[in-house]
Amino acid sequence: MTSFPILTLLVLVPAAGALAVAAFSTRRPEWTKLLALLSSVFTGALSVWLVVAFDKSNADFQFVSKHLWIKPWGISWHLGVDGISLFLLLLTGVLFPIVIAGTDPHQNHRRYLAWMLLLEAGLMGSFVSLDLFLFFVFFEIVLVPMYFLIAGWGYEGRVYAATKFFLFTMTGSAFMLVGVIATAFLAKGRGPLTFDLIELAKADFATSTGRWLFFAFAVAFAVKVPIFPLHTWLPDAHTQAPTGGSVILAGVMLKLGTYGLLRFGVFLFPEAARWSRSLWLTLAVIGIIYGAIAATMQKDLKRLVAYSSVAHLGFIVLGIFAMTSQSMTGGVMQNINHGVSTGALFLLVGMIYDRRHTRQIADLKGLQKVAPIFAGVFMVVMLSSIGVPGLNGFIGEYLVLIGSFLTARWWTVVAATGVILAALYLLWAYQRVFHGEPDDANRTFPELKLREAAVLLPLVGVIVFTGVYPKPMLDRIEPSVKRLIEHVTEKTNYVEPQPVAVAP
Amino acid sequence: MIAADPVLLGPSVNWFALSPLLILLGAAVVLLVVGALMPRRPPHVYALFTVAAGLATMIVCFFLWDNITDGGASTLVGGALRFDVFTMFITITIAASLVLVALSTDDYLRREGLEGPEVYALYLLASIGGVIMGSANDLIVLFLGLEILSISFYVMSASHRKRIESQESGIKYFILGGFSSAFFLYGIAMVYGTAGSTNFSKIVASFNAIVPAQRHDAFILAGVALLIVGLGFKVAAVPFHFWTPDVYQGAPTPVTSFMGSVGKVAAFGAMLRVLIYALPHWSDDYRPIVWTLAVLTVVVGSTMAVVQTNVKRMLAFSSVSHAGFILIGVEAAAHRAGQPDLGDGIPSALLYMLLYSVLVVGSFAVVTMVSRTGDNATDLSSFRGLGKSHPFLAFGMTVLLLAQAGVPLTSGFVAKFGVLQAAVEEHSYAIAIIGMVASVIAAFLYLRIMVSMWITEPETGDADREAVRVPLWTGVAVALAVGFTLLVGFYPGWLIDAAKAAVITK
Repeated sequence: MTSFPILTLLVLVPAAGALAVAAFSTRRPEWTKLLALLSSVFTGALSVWLVVAFDKSNADFQFVSKHLWIKPWGISWHLGVDGISLFLLLLTGVLFPIVIAGTDPHQNHRRYLAWMLLLEAGLMGSFVSLDLFLFFVFFEIVLVPMYFLIAGWGYEGRVYAATKFFLFTMTGSAFMLVGVIATAFLAKGRGPLTFDLIELAKADFATSTGRWLFFAFAVAFAVKVPIFPLHTWLPDAHTQAPTGGSVILAGVMLKLGTYGLLRFGVFLFPEAARWSRSLWLTLAVIGIIYGAIAATMQKDLKRLVAYSSVAHLGFIVLGIFAMTSQSMTGGVMQNINHGVSTGALFLLVGMIYDRRHTRQIADLKGLQKVAPIFAGVFMVVMLSSIGVPGLNGFIGEYLVLIGSFLTARWWTVVAATGVILAALYLLWAYQRVFHGEPDDANRTFPELKLREAAVLLPLVGVIVFTGVYPKPMLDRIEPSVKRLIEHVTEKTNYVEPQPVAVAP
Repeated sequence: MIAADPVLLGPSVNWFALSPLLILLGAAVVLLVVGALMPRRPPHVYALFTVAAGLATMIVCFFLWDNITDGGASTLVGGALRFDVFTMFITITIAASLVLVALSTDDYLRREGLEGPEVYALYLLASIGGVIMGSANDLIVLFLGLEILSISFYVMSASHRKRIESQESGIKYFILGGFSSAFFLYGIAMVYGTAGSTNFSKIVASFNAIVPAQRHDAFILAGVALLIVGLGFKVAAVPFHFWTPDVYQGAPTPVTSFMGSVGKVAAFGAMLRVLIYALPHWSDDYRPIVWTLAVLTVVVGSTMAVVQTNVKRMLAFSSVSHAGFILIGVEAAAHRAGQPDLGDGIPSALLYMLLYSVLVVGSFAVVTMVSRTGDNATDLSSFRGLGKSHPFLAFGMTVLLLAQAGVPLTSGFVAKFGVLQAAVEEHSYAIAIIGMVASVIAAFLYLRIMVSMWITEPETGDADREAVRVPLWTGVAVALAVGFTLLVGFYPGWLIDAAKAAVITK
């Protein structure tokens, strides 16, 4: 299409911004912030332009750029974007400026912002890599900034949480690295060694080999998603991370897991993904129910939102492994929607913490009386997270559920109760925090400030717009999902069931 | 007979090909003689002289490398030494480590009041031993190299005259090292007893001609086992690693970094020479042993590293675990021993050695500075607050630690990837997975040091501690190590090619 290396820029602009911020003088923090904001806004603008220029009739990878990087190992800087990754890039591009503008670290702005931008570069890189080695590099490198963000700017138990997060994820990656190398060598045959995703997807693995390899990849992604029972790092990391860290962690970083399952797990090893689907569907449904029940029990507002992520991500996994074009499209949609609504929720919880220095639900009361606009915004975001029709959360979950019903009926039936549970824990939390008469401590709760409103407005806008008019997104996602399913059909004898219209 | 042939004809000597050894030897002799006869020079003269010798060795090696690429590999001094790219790679690695260590030693000696040329002479001698070990084509020659290296190490470990721990570590190392040399020598005797020669080429030829019948090969198998014990001690493979933490902790910190780099490179060079080049016929017998050693070494090294509280001991155990990774490469190489295509095992092990040497020298250079006068402040708490007081130093250390943990875009990841790739190519999946899981355990250790530097809150009394000083040349050594780590992390292709060239024999 165009030879302008936009995807490379998506990675390099924030990386260069990180270096510039790190090298900047410490004496003028406001300039540092402006510099960081500029580079993240520029990256965001690039991602918006990418969405505009994206050709929605083309299901293949677009804006591909490919350069040889490490010749002896056959590794190249191979980037490309399709409908599955497109909106993840947009989400990353939009959330980072919001986080940088909307949250203030309590100390050392410069380092905080440098780590943030490095994180953005790593995440962008993960979503555009079409080379297994390159993907692994980005997938692993994002751990470092996130580790330092949690450990350096988090709350009481931050070192414990950060270390747990690092080690859990790294353990998963350990298996994936062996898997990546084994995939390349087994697919090699007589040809040259390559880590190129598109080349490797053409290879046929022996059934049992493919299954082993798939599990090596899936473990890493399952930790990242996180899929029950590998989720235990998540509540700690989310709760202890600074607000900005939580937003990115929940909003973008967890998506690396679901994205990886789609892009690498299902695409490279369709047979194994089909074969093990009952396992994943079951774990996904357990995650939905367990996450919802655990969220209900939480006393800490941030922990509640963290557990709700476990439940929401369960829907995405359900959608992926139910493997109909509707369920998968729903899963990809839910990736984005969860990022937007949970990101906004974490921002709101962070604002509550800034005002009251507590996250305990029991300490908060009657905020609606003193801060009605704040409560209103919280309500909209919360309803979107519940999945109320007309807001974005509904589209993804609804598509997942109707799509999955064809191929995974009973799992879907159980999963659907998760929607009710989501209403339970969020509404109950809302009731305890916002309703009633405010006590002395909460009577002085300040109303939403202009800057906070400016930060939340785009997110609320996206929530409403996508909820009312999801077509532009669906149009771009669906062709790529269809192509993925065709690929599965080609490699296995799977035939996607089509919904049968019932005569009225 | 003797009367009839009065002229003793020595082997013909290609002096230029021997020049790396000659440069190092000449420099050592000059340092010793000048140091003994002349009045004391300004201390950094000795360091710069050593650095110059190291650089000259590297430059000569690049020329020789070209010669080998054009003219093919050969043997030197009547078949005593091999003259191939493998030798050059080992020599360059040793010389590079020598340069970095010498840079960081000068400031240390001045701080501790130990100025003098002796340590540098010992560095140079040990380097000669290391080069001989990596280039030997004869078990006896290899043993000579081993002894030159080891004896220099024993003296160096004890060279801090004012620290009792240093003396202790010297004695410990000496006694245990003596044992291991005895094992190695006994192994040589047994191999000689079976093959009738100690020369690698002749050993291979003799086993090509006659392979001892099953059930009658106990002698040679015992010999191989004893050689592995001797080499296993030198590379600090579990269960022969018990000396490592004590010696690493007690030795003067720059010497520790020298042991961790040059000592390890030399020992692994010797191990590859003996196992892959001299005894390919027995690879099916020793490969399971190497496999077991590798697994034990990565797992025990990483696990023990985590429970330490002294940074020098942590890095000592982490060096054990890295030795395990190199052993994974050796195991992969053992699959191909004796075949025309030696595969990726040897290159991956060589690459790992080079990259790890730089990392270990850089990390210990930081420890040298943090250990403060007396060289005793090596507890984890001594690193507390380093991120605030010396952000650049702490950043450098962080890069080096992340590289050791195997984080991408650092040389450590390239090293790990190479070794894993070699293992996977030989279908050793189990060892690859065990190695990676162990590396996650080890990552916890590096995180602990980073947390101490950046995050742990200062405590009362911290302000009264001696401030960490960053002298110029030690700083340069750290900067070079960090720069190399990142450079290779981003552009590893050229080094991988260089390492691959090491197994191509024309």
